[in-house]
Amino acid sequence: MRLFDLSLRFKLPLWGGGLILATALAVSTSFVVQAWDNLNHDLLQNAQDIGRTMAPSLFPAILHDNVWGAFEIVSMPFSANPETALYESLIVIDNDKKVYVSSRPQEHPVLSELARLGPEYQRLSEDLPLRPDAGIFTVSVPGAQRIFVAVPIANDGVRLGTLIVSYNKSLLWQRFQIVLVRSIWITLLALAVLLPITAYWGRRMMLPMRLVTERISRIGSGDLEALNPALYPYRDEVGQLFLAYETVLSKLREKAEFEKEMLKSERMAAVGRLTAGIAHEINNPLGGMLNAISTLKRHGDPDPVTQKTVSLLERGLSQIRETVAALLVEAKVKSRPLGAADLEDVRVLVTPAANKQGTRLSWVGALPNALPLPSTLVRQVLINLLLNAIAAAGQGGQVAVRVLASEARFVLVVENTGQPLLPEQLTRLFEPFTSFSEHGNGLGLWICYQIVTQLGGTISAESNDPLTRFTVILPLDPLHAANATPNLPD
Amino acid sequence: MPKFLKVILIALWLGVWCMGAQGARESRTIRVAMTPAFLHDQHALLAEWRDYLKFRLNRPVEFVQRDRYRDTMDLLQQQKVEFAWICDYPYVALKKDIRLLAVALNEGKPTYRSYLIVPTRDTSTRSIDDLKGSVFAYADPYSNTGYLSPRFEIKRSGADPATFFKRTFFTWSHRKAIDAVAAGLAQGASIDSFVWDALNKVRPDITAKTRIAWKSEEYGFPPLVAQSHVPDADFLLMQNVLLNMKNDEHGRLLLARLNLTGFIAGSPKLYDSVADMMRLFGER
Repeated sequence: MRLFDLSLRFKLPLWGGGLILATALAVSTSFVVQAWDNLNHDLLQNAQDIGRTMAPSLFPAILHDNVWGAFEIVSMPFSANPETALYESLIVIDNDKKVYVSSRPQEHPVLSELARLGPEYQRLSEDLPLRPDAGIFTVSVPGAQRIFVAVPIANDGVRLGTLIVSYNKSLLWQRFQIVLVRSIWITLLALAVLLPITAYWGRRMMLPMRLVTERISRIGSGDLEALNPALYPYRDEVGQLFLAYETVLSKLREKAEFEKEMLKSERMAAVGRLTAGIAHEINNPLGGMLNAISTLKRHGDPDPVTQKTVSLLERGLSQIRETVAALLVEAKVKSRPLGAADLEDVRVLVTPAANKQGTRLSWVGALPNALPLPSTLVRQVLINLLLNAIAAAGQGGQVAVRVLASEARFVLVVENTGQPLLPEQLTRLFEPFTSFSEHGNGLGLWICYQIVTQLGGTISAESNDPLTRFTVILPLDPLHAANATPNLPD
Repeated sequence: MPKFLKVILIALWLGVWCMGAQGARESRTIRVAMTPAFLHDQHALLAEWRDYLKFRLNRPVEFVQRDRYRDTMDLLQQQKVEFAWICDYPYVALKKDIRLLAVALNEGKPTYRSYLIVPTRDTSTRSIDDLKGSVFAYADPYSNTGYLSPRFEIKRSGADPATFFKRTFFTWSHRKAIDAVAAGLAQGASIDSFVWDALNKVRPDITAKTRIAWKSEEYGFPPLVAQSHVPDADFLLMQNVLLNMKNDEHGRLLLARLNLTGFIAGSPKLYDSVADMMRLFGER
């Protein structure tokens, strides 16, 4: 796996860490370089300060040959705080370049020659100007271990000796190391604080994005799982991603629903066409056959046995015709407008059936005036639905009818408290010959569906414990009704 | 009646004057010079000792500290102090101007020695002869153990003390002479045994850097002296207080901290050996 293929969950903290590290290093480096410069500068400044303050007090000490007094002066800075003293030693030499006194008497014994103390001292001894009016003389050779600052001990044009402030570069380095170590610790501390924050932040950023990604990749397999918006309540890009995902999801759901509806109505249309085609094909020879039998009965003189057979044939063919007629629902029947009396008639008609098996029938709503709907067909739909409902409600059940008419629509709701319908029943409810009871031919709801569809309305069923509800919605707009494409061919 | 009144007034005035004079004499400060003959830089201890003396004498006491014996000797000769704790050498030198007041007891004896000390890393030196041509620290030109005694030893061995060492210097105190050797500034020093022993108790880290290479014979311990003009009453009072220090608890405590066992009246004979050495250098 390549580095750039890593999850952002790791990449973000890595980037963050890298940036923090780079920043910290840049800051520390500049700080450290500055510190080194300061240290060097301080050192020379310090040497000159020391020289300027000490040389005047050393003058009388040398003048009075007070070795001990001179020793007390040069060792004073080291006795105060030996750790923080920048310089390694303070050496007083006389005009013969011999050690008068040193803060490190064991290394620089009294009266020893400066040149004999070491190669660096020898070089200093050679270069050191001894004129009374000479200024502060600094020896700082790049490769050398020590830096020397020589301050003349002079007064009134008389030079008694020289104070040499000696610095060991390793001491400088030691001092510098303290700064270095400190800055490293600060960098590490900053990383220790900032890295977990970046890691947490990366995780927090990535979690919602990962969830969205997972969901999107599952959409293909039809899994439309919603995201909990509480997971990311902010309005930034990630929040917008959440919202966009939600929008896509609801659109997809709508589409799926729509497709399902389309499929259903297409099937119903196909079934309708098929049924009508078959019905017409049967109707034509059937008419001929029934005519033939009628002719035979009127003009023939059949014997009793034949008469009986012909009657049998006639009854059978009549039944076929009735069935076929039922299949061929014709909505374009001229009929009077639907009035309140029609509904009342239906109620009177079904009440005996309800009473017979002890079903309670409740009726809510009435029509204030006549509606531009064919009364015959609406009555047929209502009777079919009511009889079905009463049958389904059974002993002690309840059936409720609600009628609602607005400016544009007429709504009819029939509810019953019977056994709920199964999902697979619901999907095939309006197909012909789909009977779920032992009674009936399975054409009642088919007829309802055909009528409602031809009137430009919708019929739907929903069933859940404890109610099964059929809702019929019919448009009152006569234009709409006229333009409604009939499902059945003539 | 006016004459009688006048007499009373004169008597009153005299009485007041006498009382004033009496009070003035009682409150006169006793000045004591302190020298580096002992660890005179233990300031807290000195302050406590001064308060003790003030209480015992019922008089104000002032300690005057000088590093150089010569300065203290001048103070005595100029009558700027009543008493002084000086080295045995100045005592002998000033004998006609001062009186021996008391001698401290160092480990029960009124004596001390001169120690020849060298840095610890010098393991070979056994006597001052081994230090020829070295850098040597003297304490004070009026110190017996720190100047007279080593020069006497050099001279006794037949050498010239003026050229014996490559370089010499004065530290003006035994304590600092020990420091000089401990630091390695000097390759040897001659010091007061009492100072070294006392320092060994309070700062063993410093004395550990030095080694005692040689010990001299015993000399009379640095004496407490009185200026010759000090009234007998004051002399006896002071002597009494010093000699009785070991008899009260506070005094004993102070003596212990001074690393002393007590004070005795002492005898000038104690210092005869110093006088002998001085005679060798033609000083008496």
